[in-house]
Formats: sequence, C-alpha cells, structure tokens
Amino acid sequence: MEYKDYYDILGLKKAASQDEIKRAYRKLARKYHPDVSKEDESETKFKEVGEAYEVLKDPEKREAYDQLGSNWQGGQEGFQPPPDWDQNFDFGGGGYTEGNAQDYSSFFEDLFGGDRAAGGRYTHQSGQGRGFQSKGENVRAKIMIDLEDSLNGAQQSVKISSPEINANGQMVSKEKTLSIKIPKGIKEGQSIRLSKQGSPGHGGGEAGDLLIEVAFNTHPLYSINEKDISLNVPVAPWEATLGSTIQVPTPDGKKVDMKVPADSQQGRKLRLKGKGLPGKDAGDFYVVLQVMLPPSSDPKVKEYNEKMRDEIDFNPRSYFF
Amino acid sequence: MNTKVTTIVVGSILEEGPTLNLAELCQHCQTPAEFIISLVDQGVIAPVEGSSTRKWQFHQSALIRTDKALRLRQDLGINLSGIALSLELLDEIDNLKRELNELRHFAQL
Repeated sequence: MEYKDYYDILGLKKAASQDEIKRAYRKLARKYHPDVSKEDESETKFKEVGEAYEVLKDPEKREAYDQLGSNWQGGQEGFQPPPDWDQNFDFGGGGYTEGNAQDYSSFFEDLFGGDRAAGGRYTHQSGQGRGFQSKGENVRAKIMIDLEDSLNGAQQSVKISSPEINANGQMVSKEKTLSIKIPKGIKEGQSIRLSKQGSPGHGGGEAGDLLIEVAFNTHPLYSINEKDISLNVPVAPWEATLGSTIQVPTPDGKKVDMKVPADSQQGRKLRLKGKGLPGKDAGDFYVVLQVMLPPSSDPKVKEYNEKMRDEIDFNPRSYFF
Repeated sequence: MNTKVTTIVVGSILEEGPTLNLAELCQHCQTPAEFIISLVDQGVIAPVEGSSTRKWQFHQSALIRTDKALRLRQDLGINLSGIALSLELLDEIDNLKRELNELRHFAQL
C-alpha cells in the first residue's frame, strides 16, 4: 500500500499543535470543497484532507500514526506497517470515524478501518436494520459535452464512483461506467437526473438518484450563453457601410444567407430567432459583426484610405471636445 | 455470433422536470422540513408557487441547491446565513465566468 503523509497533505510540520492542525484543516476544507472549488481534482483533495484530519485531530490516532511514520522513508515504494504497530492502542470496536469511511484510502482503511470497524457507522446501520429504512444518497457527477451534443442529442459514457454495501455490510466505493443519453437542448449548469442510479438505500429503501451536471467544452466557432448561441462574423468595412448579403454557418451545420443592413457598426448583433439550443423555449442564434480592415501594405488600400481621409468629413471623436 | 449489449440510461433534465412539494423535496434530500423552511426564509431556495407551506411547489433545481446547502453545513460547519451568502457568491462567480468567456470569445478576432 502507499504511505500517506498526512502532515504533508495538510501542509504542516510534524510538530504542529492540535490548534494548527484544526486551522490548516478548516482552511483547506474550504479551499477544496467540491461545491466551492472549481479545480478538477478538488473532490480527491477534499477527501484526502478530510482523511488526514480524521487521524491527526485524534491524539491517540495521531500518536499511533507518528510511530508508524518513523519507520518510513520518503521514496519507498510499498509500505507495510509493522505487525504490532498498534499494540498500545485500541481502534477496534467502537465507531472509528464520523466521516464517510468509504471515501478514505486503503492506507487509512488498513490502519484504522476495515475489520476494526465492526460496530462502526455503516455496519451498525445495516446490522440493526429491522424496521429501519431509508433512501440512498444522491450521487453527483459532472460531464463535459460539446455544443453539437446538446443540439442533436447524444450518448456519452460517464465514470461514476458510487458507494455500495458489500457482503460484509461495509460501505465500499465502486466504480461503474454508465452510458447516458444527453437530452436535446440541455444548457450549461443544468443537470441530468437519473432516477435510482445513486447510492443504494438502507434496509430495503429506494436507491438515491444520480445527478449529472452539464458543462460545455469551448467551441472553436460558437459561444454559448444559456440557450443562445453566438458567432463572430468578420465583414469588410464596405460591407458594413453599404450593406450586403453574406453567407454564415449555422450551428446545425447548414449555411444561411444573412442580410447585413447598411451602416452596421462594429459589434452589431443580428438575430436568427429560434436557431439556438432547441427545446420548448428554444434559444436564438446571434451573428456578431466584426469589421476587419484590409492591410495598408496593399497599395490600393492605401490609396483609397488616403482619398477618404482627404475628402470625407468624418470625426468619430466629435463628442470628446 | 457476438452481440455487445450496451444499456443506455435515459434521464431527464432536472430543471425541466415536474415540480416537487415540500414533502417530496424533504424525502429526496433526506432532510427535515424545518431545514427546507429555513432555506426558504433565507432566500436560498424559493417555491415557484404556493402561499402556505402546504401548497409549496419547488423547481427540481431546488434539489441541487438543498443538497449543496446540506453539504456546506456538514463539511464546513457553515450556518444558514453563511450558506446563503456562499451560494450567492458562487452563483455570482459562475455568472461572471460565463460573461468573461463570452467577452473573451468576442475579443478573439
């Protein structure tokens, strides 16, 4: 098994006081809380920090862990605790932790959990399960989808680690892969709800739900806001000034002729109603005009611009002074 | 002949699902009604309709928010007004990020 340096995880020295441990834990718990942090690894880190605190906050467990650590040197591959490492301590029997034991590493499990947990939280529940019934917990997950997945509907597999109760009545974390259907028209931040795909219930209770939050991968062309889709469309200065008809690609992979009205300023938005994300309140498709200047290295461009400068009376900054 | 069987799980968009009453929300989130009522009092979640608690109907997105509130309380020991403030600030960050992404996209050219 892999040795876990709980002090390192909390960013502490071995001599840290109980107060310092508590402070470090609280700070990191806030930083890595999966509901707060936007980092990808936040959930793993949050669990690690919780596990470290679970051991170090308890002076007895901490002492046992410290003894263990003196036998370990950095860089060692495998780690085996000496057989009698806990002879002066008693971790068997009583509920060993208030945390969610199934979230902890095998290192923790081997030292403080596993069979020692007889009478622990979860075994306790299923052991006394007569007449006690409750629904399983909801499990959350996140997926990244492409714009096209929401436009057309799609299928995607998701890996989910969900707690299950094994034959010994213990909670274990089990990874499973589900093939799920992405509903058409789903937008960023919405969740797909899969009934009864979450944690199993206790004492014959119903399983919880699986809630998958959706986020979009950035698209090379389109940007998405709620149900609306926008596209930057470059236009030449004369197209914007005189008006023109241009061809633009639409999100559904087709092309459409769009009329650019005369005197369109930079950034003007043209709307194609109902061509955004589908659904009962379908979004709109916006074309955002971006006026592009031809390079002055072209002598013709230079000539015409000089002519405009000399002959046209136009001051774009007239409101300044 | 080898046939590979893949089961495809079909879900629904949570936000567009049918509304829940107070009892259903409590049951889904495994929390007592008092907690839900206090979340409504703090403005963390809001019923879509219903003047009295007995007639309350919630959007299913309230499920996610209630779950979040429960986790924040349990994992970080935050009290109710703290939960309300954190969730509002997190929403604000999400909105700003979305806006920033859009502006970045327009500034690309």
